[in-house]
Amino acid sequence: MSVPPYAPTAGEVSGGDEAGRLVRPFALTGGRTRPSRADFTLITTVTAVDPPPERTAWPQPEHGRILRLCARPVAVAELAAHLDLPVSVVVIMLCDLLEAGLITARPPRSVTGAHDLDLDLLQKVRDGLGRI
Amino acid sequence: MAGSDTAAPPAASAAAPDTVKILIAGGFGVGKTTMVGAVSEITPLRTEEPLTVAGLDVDDLKGIEEKRATTVALDFGRITIGDDLVLYLFGTPGQQRFWFMWNDLAIGALGAVVLIDVRRPESSFAAVDFFERRGIPFVVAVNGFHGVHPYPTEEIRESLALPESVPVVLCDARERASCRDVLIALIDRLIDEFTLRSASPG
Ligand SMILES: Nc1nc2c(ncn2[C@@H]2O[C@H](COP(=O)(O)OP(=O)(O)OP(=O)(O)O)[C@@H](O)[C@H]2O)c(=O)[nH]1
Ligand SMILES: [Mg+2]
Repeated sequence: MSVPPYAPTAGEVSGGDEAGRLVRPFALTGGRTRPSRADFTLITTVTAVDPPPERTAWPQPEHGRILRLCARPVAVAELAAHLDLPVSVVVIMLCDLLEAGLITARPPRSVTGAHDLDLDLLQKVRDGLGRI
Repeated sequence: MAGSDTAAPPAASAAAPDTVKILIAGGFGVGKTTMVGAVSEITPLRTEEPLTVAGLDVDDLKGIEEKRATTVALDFGRITIGDDLVLYLFGTPGQQRFWFMWNDLAIGALGAVVLIDVRRPESSFAAVDFFERRGIPFVVAVNGFHGVHPYPTEEIRESLALPESVPVVLCDARERASCRDVLIALIDRLIDEFTLRSASPG
C-alpha cells in the first residue's frame, strides 16, 4: 500500500545549487510532503479524526465538506460520488487532509494472491450475501 | 519525515470496516448497472472521471477524439456484510474504449462477474478473455433479457470455451435474489479454489 512520499529531485531542492542541501526540500512544494495518491484506492475507507483539531479556514470549501462526510468511515469512491467530483480530485484533497492529520485512511482488505485470501473472509462474505 | 507515516495509522481507524470488492463486467449494455443496483443496499452511486487524468497511456486514448467532454463513468453499489466488513460492487465501463480502466479496477478485487446478454453473447467475449488472461477468478452470469433463457448453461459454456472450473449461472439482472445467487456462486468458486490449494500445497 504505502509508497514513499514525493521526493524532490536535486534540481527542485536547490535550483541546482549543491549548497542547497540546507534548503528544506519541501519548501518548494508549499512546505508539504505529499502523501502518495496510491494510499487512496476506491475502497480505502477514510475517517475524520475525532475530535477535530481547531481549524477555521480551508484551502477549498470541499475540504470541510469531506471532513463532515467522513465523520463516520466512508470509502473514497462514496465520497467522490457524494461530492460529485472525480475520484482523482477527491484524492488530492484527501492527501491534504491526511497530511494535516485530520483524517485516517484504512486500506482495503488485501486479497491479491493466494496467501492473503483466507477462508474466514470468504465464508463471512458468503454468509452475508445469504442474508440479503 | 512527515510524509512517511501515511499508511493507515492504527488507532483512530479502528472503527473503519474492512472493505473488499467484486467487479461486474461484460460488454456494452449487458445489464451491469442493473445488476449492481439490484443487489446494492444503496442506490448505485456514480463517479465521473475526466479522461485527461495523469497516468493514462497515450495509446489508451487513441480513438477518443472528443477529449474535452469525455469522462469515464463508474457506478458502484455496497453490501454491508457486517460491522467490520463491507463489500463493494463496481460495474466496469462497458464501452470498449474505456477498458484500460479495468486494469486499475481489477487490482485487489476478490473476483469478477462477467455478465452476458443472452441475445448477443459475443459482446462479452473480450471480458472473459480479460479475466482469464489475468488469472482473476470469475463466474459467467447469463442475463436472460425478458427473463428468457433459450440456451442451457452447458451450451453457453461450450460456445465460450470455458473450463469446468468457471461456473455459468443463468440470471435476471433485475432480480435481487438472482444477482445474489450469482455473487454466491463466485464466492463458492473462490472457496473451492482455496480448499483445493490448501489440500495440495505447492
Ligand atoms: N428487459 C430487461 N432489460 C434489462 C435487463 N437488464 C438490463 N436491462 C436494460 O438494459 C439496458 C442496459 O442495462 P444497463 O444495466 O445499463 O447495462 P450496462 O451493462 O450497465 O451498460 P453500459 O454501462 O452502458 O455498458 C437498460 O435499459 C436496462 O434497464 C434485463 O434483465 N431485462
Ligand atoms: Mg452501466
